[in-house]
Amino acid sequence: MLLEAAGIKKVFGKLTALDGAALSVGENEFHGLIGPNGSGKSTLMKCIAGAEVPTQGKVSFVNTDITAFTPTERARAGMSLKFQITSVLPSLTLYDNILLALQAQSSLFDLVFSRTRGALHDQVMTMLTQFRLADRAFDAAAALSHGQQQWLEIAMALAGKPKLLLLDEPTGGMSLEERRVTGELLQPIKQHCSLVIVEHDLDFIRDICDRLTVLDQGKVLASGTVSEIQANQSVQEIYLRRA
Amino acid sequence: MSVVREAIVADADDEADGAMAEGAAAERANDRAKAGPKILPIVEGLVLLAALLAPLVLQDYLTVFATRVIILALFALSFDLVWGYAGIMSFGQALFFGSAGYGVALLARDLNVTNIFLVLPAGTLIGLTFALLLGGFLLLGRHPSSVIFVSLGTLTGSYAADRLARGWYYLGGQNGIPSIAPMSLGSYDFTEGPAFYYLVLGILVVVYLLCRFLVRSQFGLALAGLRENEQRIAFFGYKAQHLKAIIFTIGGAVAGLAGSLYAFHEGFVWPNMVGVVVSTQVVLYVLFGGSGTLIGAVIGAVIVEGVSFWLSDNYRDIWPIILGLLLLLVILFRPLGLISFVLGERERVGSFGAKIKENVKETRNAP
Repeated sequence: MLLEAAGIKKVFGKLTALDGAALSVGENEFHGLIGPNGSGKSTLMKCIAGAEVPTQGKVSFVNTDITAFTPTERARAGMSLKFQITSVLPSLTLYDNILLALQAQSSLFDLVFSRTRGALHDQVMTMLTQFRLADRAFDAAAALSHGQQQWLEIAMALAGKPKLLLLDEPTGGMSLEERRVTGELLQPIKQHCSLVIVEHDLDFIRDICDRLTVLDQGKVLASGTVSEIQANQSVQEIYLRRA
Repeated sequence: MSVVREAIVADADDEADGAMAEGAAAERANDRAKAGPKILPIVEGLVLLAALLAPLVLQDYLTVFATRVIILALFALSFDLVWGYAGIMSFGQALFFGSAGYGVALLARDLNVTNIFLVLPAGTLIGLTFALLLGGFLLLGRHPSSVIFVSLGTLTGSYAADRLARGWYYLGGQNGIPSIAPMSLGSYDFTEGPAFYYLVLGILVVVYLLCRFLVRSQFGLALAGLRENEQRIAFFGYKAQHLKAIIFTIGGAVAGLAGSLYAFHEGFVWPNMVGVVVSTQVVLYVLFGGSGTLIGAVIGAVIVEGVSFWLSDNYRDIWPIILGLLLLLVILFRPLGLISFVLGERERVGSFGAKIKENVKETRNAP
């Protein structure tokens, strides 16, 4: 298993957001994390990404216990995250946003003397082309539409060639067409990267994911392939009946 | 599913002429980016020209004043690096300025060391060391330190240094250290006047160019990321705390250089120089001129000092109130400082892939 989170408990004051939640993701697997509002999906993502520290439980990644790792250490181990709220750097150009992500592991010396700028150029343009943003490379990111900002952010999250990408609501606020394109954009990354997606759009999740984990009230209600989950009676009761 | 399949097929088609499309797209983007003249180099050139000509037109006592202003502009650069570029709220920048001033004053008083090639590096090193110690303590935690912690920490450091200097007999207590011997080079003494002016102007230009190199490098891009969203860049794998400590230390070194020049130019050091008043003053220079641009910091120092000088001559009693109101107006209506009257947001932030852009164009046109 690439990622193995087990017995994750997270308590905020009197609120228990997660109560023994678990998630395992294999290599080159697209894994959907679904559940009703308040079921703890985003909190579990944050515990895996290192934005929150779990009260109890263990997260291991590539057979290493990373529960106590900082976000920087997790990123260097090969984990990447796209935030729920778009956090591209609005005043920088698209080009520089991608370059910023790509150069994260360059040494200080290389950064000060701009020694990797030339070598990374082709990678920057490839990422931008892949995400259909190349002709706006030198515009400020603030000038992009909401959907395009999400793509830019996914491109940034993928720039460091992570083994695992965590996507928190990648299609939030997108039009139907933009959602379809997002699905297309994500398909090719399967060759080198696993994905955990939190998403409300169940059609999107069904189309793109191999396996699903359903959370309810901070616990795992069910986990399995898409068809297994679709056939699961209790999941249908709490959730899928709406879809 | 069939939709996805079609899309993949379409993607494969795209890739066939991918290279061409990429080149064309880059050029289109390029052309758009090139629109509009570059304001910044013009402003920098004009400021340099004015600075070069100043002693020729100013009366002697004003050249002395202008020298002081240039030194303070150097000091402003140090705060601008730390706050304007890296977003670290240092309310104690005078600690590095003043401690270097005291350090070189002691060298001159107790050891008779005044050689410019010894005292300026010594002052720079003192600023650097203090900044490394304080910055290491405030910024190098395992998790990012809060803005409040850093601003109060630096403020407290500066305040404590002020109290310490006032109470310590060896440092001259309230009176500081008077009559510092002039800085020397062989048998030549740097005393107030045009020679001193051009010396500090030369140093300012060199430091300015070094800072300009730094903030436009890939390191500068990392700083921009740090300033805009520290958490985000940590998730990319940047060691954000290290970046902060490094730029804070560089800022301390520049402040130390400015402080040692100031001590020799004024001929004395006193507790205010390490204290909160001077720390706040440098914040005002940078906010007034425009943080996040190097030239803004220089312009801010020149204008704030120039206006104070003129006001204190003409409105002896109420000048601080007028100055305060002016500063307030600028900060209210021009939060990006005076420079934002001529400089657009896009140029202020700059483009870090810029050099590459030109190369791309050349290679595309070559065959």
